Amino acid sequence: MEVSSEYAVQMHGIAKRFGAFTALDCVDLDVRKQSVHAILGENGAGKTTLMNILYGLYQSDEGEIYLNGQKASITSPTEAIRHGIGMVHQHFMLIENFTVTENIILGDEVCGAAGILDMNRARQKVMELVERYGFDVDPDAKIEDISVGMQQRVEILKALFRGAEILILDEPTAVLTPQEIDKLLEIMQDLIAGGKTIIIITHKLKEIMRSADECSIIRRGKYMGTVNVAESSEGDLAARMVGRNVNLKVDKTPAHPGDVVLSVKNLTVADERGIEQVRGLNLDVRSGEIVGIAGIDGNGQQELVDAITNLVRTKSGKIRVGSQEVQNTSPRNVLDHAVATIPSDRHRWGLVLPMMVAENTVLERHNEDLFGKGIMLDYDKLHSYTSELIKRYDIRPAGCEQERMSGLSGGNQQKAIIAREVSYVPDVLIAFQPTRGLDVGAIEFVHKTLIAERDRGAAILLVSYELDEVMDVSDTIAVIYHGQIVGTFAQGTVDEEQLGLLMAGGGSQ
Amino acid sequence: MNNVILLIGITLMYSTPLVFGALGGVVSERSGVTNIGIEGMMVVGALAAAAGSYFTGSPWMGFLIAGICGALVALLHAVASISFAADQTVSGVAINLLAPGLALFACRSFFDGGATSPIVTKLPKIFGDTWMQGTPWANLNVNVTTVIALVLTAVVWFVLYKTKWGLRVRAVGEHPAAADTLGISVSKTRYACVLCSGMLAGFGGASVTIAIISQFTQTAICGQGFIALAAVIFGKWKPFGAYGACMLFGATQALTIILGGGSFPIPSTILSMLPYVMTIIVLILFVGKSVAPKADGVPYIKGSR
Repeated sequence: MEVSSEYAVQMHGIAKRFGAFTALDCVDLDVRKQSVHAILGENGAGKTTLMNILYGLYQSDEGEIYLNGQKASITSPTEAIRHGIGMVHQHFMLIENFTVTENIILGDEVCGAAGILDMNRARQKVMELVERYGFDVDPDAKIEDISVGMQQRVEILKALFRGAEILILDEPTAVLTPQEIDKLLEIMQDLIAGGKTIIIITHKLKEIMRSADECSIIRRGKYMGTVNVAESSEGDLAARMVGRNVNLKVDKTPAHPGDVVLSVKNLTVADERGIEQVRGLNLDVRSGEIVGIAGIDGNGQQELVDAITNLVRTKSGKIRVGSQEVQNTSPRNVLDHAVATIPSDRHRWGLVLPMMVAENTVLERHNEDLFGKGIMLDYDKLHSYTSELIKRYDIRPAGCEQERMSGLSGGNQQKAIIAREVSYVPDVLIAFQPTRGLDVGAIEFVHKTLIAERDRGAAILLVSYELDEVMDVSDTIAVIYHGQIVGTFAQGTVDEEQLGLLMAGGGSQ
Repeated sequence: MNNVILLIGITLMYSTPLVFGALGGVVSERSGVTNIGIEGMMVVGALAAAAGSYFTGSPWMGFLIAGICGALVALLHAVASISFAADQTVSGVAINLLAPGLALFACRSFFDGGATSPIVTKLPKIFGDTWMQGTPWANLNVNVTTVIALVLTAVVWFVLYKTKWGLRVRAVGEHPAAADTLGISVSKTRYACVLCSGMLAGFGGASVTIAIISQFTQTAICGQGFIALAAVIFGKWKPFGAYGACMLFGATQALTIILGGGSFPIPSTILSMLPYVMTIIVLILFVGKSVAPKADGVPYIKGSR
């Protein structure tokens, strides 16, 4: 595409290599002024790398950047800011114990003589911005005391304060409730009306359809073209992103629940500081049923799962698997009751990255006779067992049983965990954020596996911060707020709006 | 009454080196670099002050040289922990092991193989030689370093909380990646703070060897650096908090001396444990409760979260 001042940003032939790995290979991006331009791609496709180049955090090996038709060289964030580019990172770059105003002015302080801060004038300038864009933000509040949605608005203000004309939003909806997402999309429209240009990085198709004018697609570092969103569909975008047709709908037959297998009664769990995170929670999961817990991160999900898996001790209450009480025993005991877990963070809890794939697949079962005699492990048996799983679950690269786990991609690491847990033939399967950081193709696989396990008769507890996932996969949806289940619904009897309200602590059933 | 004046005087005297060391700790840790090597930097400062005063004849030059030498030792820590992202505790421990040897080696080479320096000219007292001499009030005629310590505490407070540089230092210590994305250089900020920290620790050493006593000895600095670090934690990483904590530790020291001079049936060896016992008690009670800067002790590597 030719260089023109109609475009706020043009990146042509961008290439970036990290050692032998090519992150970006001749990628083009042309963003019209006053438009919302989405960049769509699977995890690791290179979306964020491309934006980090635009923001000056990385330097490209090849290619050119034009801003408003003028060639620009951006070698640092300072340079990018000078060119009117602002970036809101996926993980907010806010200092928790600073006030909103302090965070906004940092690096571009409002000073009197000799570098002495003029906080009154700073506050005034921030208030002007807040009022101009109609943001709901208190300039004197500390970041640690305000909601995630408000923190995001502070990030946007930070960019606007520096005179940003082009805003890059990296996965902006990942941490928001449905209501907060609506609000953000409204803000984006206001900003466009005010003359700004927005680039949004996302893998959520729904939000692209709702907010973006154009969408550029990147697959494994390669540019796959730009589409006009109005003339496209979710299915079309997904197919371009993954390179094949994907089934976005979760196909499943009605559940046939049996007896209660996992039962939680009046459970109370305190965190290491002694603050109760789970407060008298009740929950039943029956065999042949998927119960999904919807809720915002930090409402007791972690503590609930840790208590069931016996990683933490409970304060009071009972956890039964079948007819046996298992609370405050040991993780081993829970495993022996045929409870398998897909942990929320595969690197922290799921895998030992420097160890071989084969060793990882038998972490929980290494002491079974199947894998050796006495104190000896039989590596041949380990390898043949793992190689079987690799084939069955299509873990790539094929024949990776003796590779280090750290060499596998995130999606394949997750497949390895799922293969391990499912091969355990569990009565209860706890899936905590099972699709975290996975792309559309891998998500499809995970959901299919969960449903297959359900149909086999396992009781499945799905805990996820992705509301869509809970709504699509679960047979029963339970909303967790402040350590309690505040609403339980059969699938299809509740909409996003209602769940969003409950998740934010509003309303009651 | 006389005992009260004596207590205040000795408290101020003994707390002064601690205040310098603690300020050094505050400055360094606020930028996100743990500085366990304060003790070592104080030892080097102590020797440099005595040698500086001896060779130039001016205790003020000695004081200045102590600051410079403290900063030079801190440069080692900065290079290791900022440029090479080494473990900051290990680097600090290395400095604490290296410094006493270095100081003793320098002392022996400067002063004909002696393990102590000759008696050198001291810094003045605030009221000089006045009518106070011989009265109990003389105990309040404190070393000029005591006043410098108080002034520097105010300066550090002002810079940290009222200027843009302070805002940046605190930001780098809490969330270096955030500072980086706003165009603030994390490594320059940390270098500046660690060097400053070494300079302050050097002054701390000087405030022993050319103010409290008047020569360098191997035992001039014996744990003040560590007590200062405890004061940093007790004072919640705030300049005046640390100052107050140092006063408390200084007061225990004073109590030790006054009680030791009286006719109490407690052996002086037990009494002299008091400041250290106090440190341990304070650490047990407050470590974990007061909140350190979030990125304290974590090397910043661009691109990692």
